[in-house]
Amino acid sequence: MSGPFFDEMHNPDGSLRELYRQIQEWIDENPPDFIEMKRREAEFLYRRTGITFAVYSEGGSTERIIPFDIIPRLIDANEWDLLRRGLTQRAQALNAFLADVYSDQRILKERIVDPALILLNSAYEPEMQGVKVPGDVYTHIAGIDIVRVGPEEFYVLEDNARTPSGVSYMLENREMMMRLFPDLFTRYAVAPVDRYPEELLATLASVAPPRISGEPTTVLLTPGRYNSAYYEHSFLADMMGIELVEGQDLFVSDTVVYMRTTEGPKRVDVIYRRVDDAFIDPLTFNPDSMLGVPGLMTAYRAGNVVLANAVGAGIADDKSVYTHVPDMIRFYLDQEPILKNVPTYKCSEADDLAYTLEHLEELVVKEVHGSGGYGMLVGPKATKEEREKFAEKLKAMPDQFIAQPTLALSTVPTYVNEGIAPRHVDLRPFILCGSEITIVPGGLTRVALKEGSLVVNSSQGGGTKDTWVITGEQARYA
Amino acid sequence: MLSRTADSLFWMARYMERAENLARLLEVGHRLAITPGETGGNEWLSTVTIAGCGQDFFETHQNATAQTVTDFLGLSEHNSYSIPSCIANARGNGRAVRTALTSSMWESLNGTWLDLETKRREALSGTGVIDYLDWIKDRSMQFTGAITSTMLRSDAYYFTQMGTLLERADNTARILDVKYHVLLPEHEAVGGGLDFYQWNAILRAVTANRAYHYLYRDSLQPWLIAEMLILRSELPRSLVGCLAGVTDCLEKLSNAYGARKDCVRMANALHADLAYGKIEDIFQQGLHEFLTDFLRRNYALADQIQRDYLL
Repeated sequence: MSGPFFDEMHNPDGSLRELYRQIQEWIDENPPDFIEMKRREAEFLYRRTGITFAVYSEGGSTERIIPFDIIPRLIDANEWDLLRRGLTQRAQALNAFLADVYSDQRILKERIVDPALILLNSAYEPEMQGVKVPGDVYTHIAGIDIVRVGPEEFYVLEDNARTPSGVSYMLENREMMMRLFPDLFTRYAVAPVDRYPEELLATLASVAPPRISGEPTTVLLTPGRYNSAYYEHSFLADMMGIELVEGQDLFVSDTVVYMRTTEGPKRVDVIYRRVDDAFIDPLTFNPDSMLGVPGLMTAYRAGNVVLANAVGAGIADDKSVYTHVPDMIRFYLDQEPILKNVPTYKCSEADDLAYTLEHLEELVVKEVHGSGGYGMLVGPKATKEEREKFAEKLKAMPDQFIAQPTLALSTVPTYVNEGIAPRHVDLRPFILCGSEITIVPGGLTRVALKEGSLVVNSSQGGGTKDTWVITGEQARYA
Repeated sequence: MLSRTADSLFWMARYMERAENLARLLEVGHRLAITPGETGGNEWLSTVTIAGCGQDFFETHQNATAQTVTDFLGLSEHNSYSIPSCIANARGNGRAVRTALTSSMWESLNGTWLDLETKRREALSGTGVIDYLDWIKDRSMQFTGAITSTMLRSDAYYFTQMGTLLERADNTARILDVKYHVLLPEHEAVGGGLDFYQWNAILRAVTANRAYHYLYRDSLQPWLIAEMLILRSELPRSLVGCLAGVTDCLEKLSNAYGARKDCVRMANALHADLAYGKIEDIFQQGLHEFLTDFLRRNYALADQIQRDYLL
């Protein structure tokens, strides 16, 4: 996992990979100022449509658009088949693990996973112990981050089992590409992604409370318009044709959830919630929360409403639990993992901590409960001082950190100020788990726009690309 | 639909309409300031009074002048009455319920908000105030155009419409009330002398100067102007015109929901008083008293609509 970076457009000898031939020709055919014009058009369209995210900082938050790169990232049918199988397997294992942890705890009893790691973990939710959820599905929407380091080499960087975001960019990026470059779509058979909202709604309906006979009433619960992902919440609610509700729109009476409508109270069956566990019910969790619904947990435990994703699903994506996912796959599914984990050092263990401290300049160190690229150290990019400061933090709270080798993330050509240059990417596919598992081909490709940067998070200067899964022959008119 | 959604649509429309009305008021002020005749600058005092922010204005300003009033109502971001505040509130409400807006509506609303800062700066450079006010009016009318031409005729539409209409009625009543008093030369009784330019400016504020001549074929008379702005249903900004729209929305809403709420009765009663009212009776009662009463009832109606549907 060291050495030169794998560029997805080129072979190691610099020659073009066949998959990207039409892209190269398209770039060659179009003068740079045409491309520049299209880039500006894309930015204008994003801003006008209000596709923004909020960046939190000390001075409050501001609305920004996420930079969009117009060169698509291509995945061929075989590569996708491998990913699809691997992701399905992993999502199955994560759900089996959650169902087990919150019921019989077989995996703990058999000491496959250390009970202390789970039961003493702040992401483990005792409120959920013994609660049955329809279909035993806990993580209905999982975002599993994939990085690529070679032609056949994919690694799972992390699992997101709580409320993964970014799918609206996947959908909007495709809309944008089809609008800006319709001719490019005549050169490739690109698997469509626009069925995602429909499949999400079907997934949610498939795990509705069993008492429902007809169409369940489904809503999307958002923290509100000041949340960084608010655009996505409203976009998805709109595409699914369901109400976008805030905590104040819902109330619980006799363990039943209702929403306040202009025609009076209306019963709610399924809540696709984009509010974190801690804020969802002030009576059970954070009493100061204004975002939640008092009494929601009572209704949930009574089986009168389904929450997606389930409360407590975070124990499956905790970074200290991540190392055990291959064991889960073997334990619950009796299969070998199709997708590999990145080797991970748990700083809570003395040997691993010692190794991490010795090799800080070549490791990436992350907070166990962190997300969004905040509070992490990228060893090779950090200064000596930064590393020394971080080492102090590590020694003070070793169990708050894990370390991983700095992966040679693959690169994809990207438009930057200097022209076209390789930039590092990752991939977040969205796995929908209901009565069956579905994955829309592709996902969200995030790209680190700074030269040499390996951090793709939008809050840290990352952008996105449209992700194309090429079906059938590589190119229609090769 | 969600009560909160209906509430946001209602206020989105109200704030956009309010921004447009402020632009209209300021335009009239600027027009009066350059017309012949001694107004002693009190057109700016009246503008502040109409907008209902006199007290707050004089807490921070000594005199109502073209400069201070235009800045306070038209350009400032530091008080809740101003055009930029109204646009921000309209957009904030719209954004909170984006899914209830058509893409045309959202793009119009968001586009206005995005361009506002640039337009504001141009206006602040001193030359472009009139252009700025025109732009606000254009954007508001484009927005209402997007509403009428793209929105489904369902409950969401009726709540949006009612927001626009109730705000518009409020504004027309205020223009008539305050101008009626302030514009009169001090020693002349109401209904006595008439300054053509000044009354003409009132009509311009509601884009009704041509309409007046079409309806009355007469020189400008205060009582005819009052009649037109209060009782003529042909004029879309008249009190009766606005209330006819509100009762229509409430009827359709009641039919769709299969239930009639208190606000329907209130709206019909208020509309009937206007539809069957006579200007002679209004003058008998006293125009100011009539308008004060109307503003109170219009406010109570909006309040009842909120209670019945939006909470």
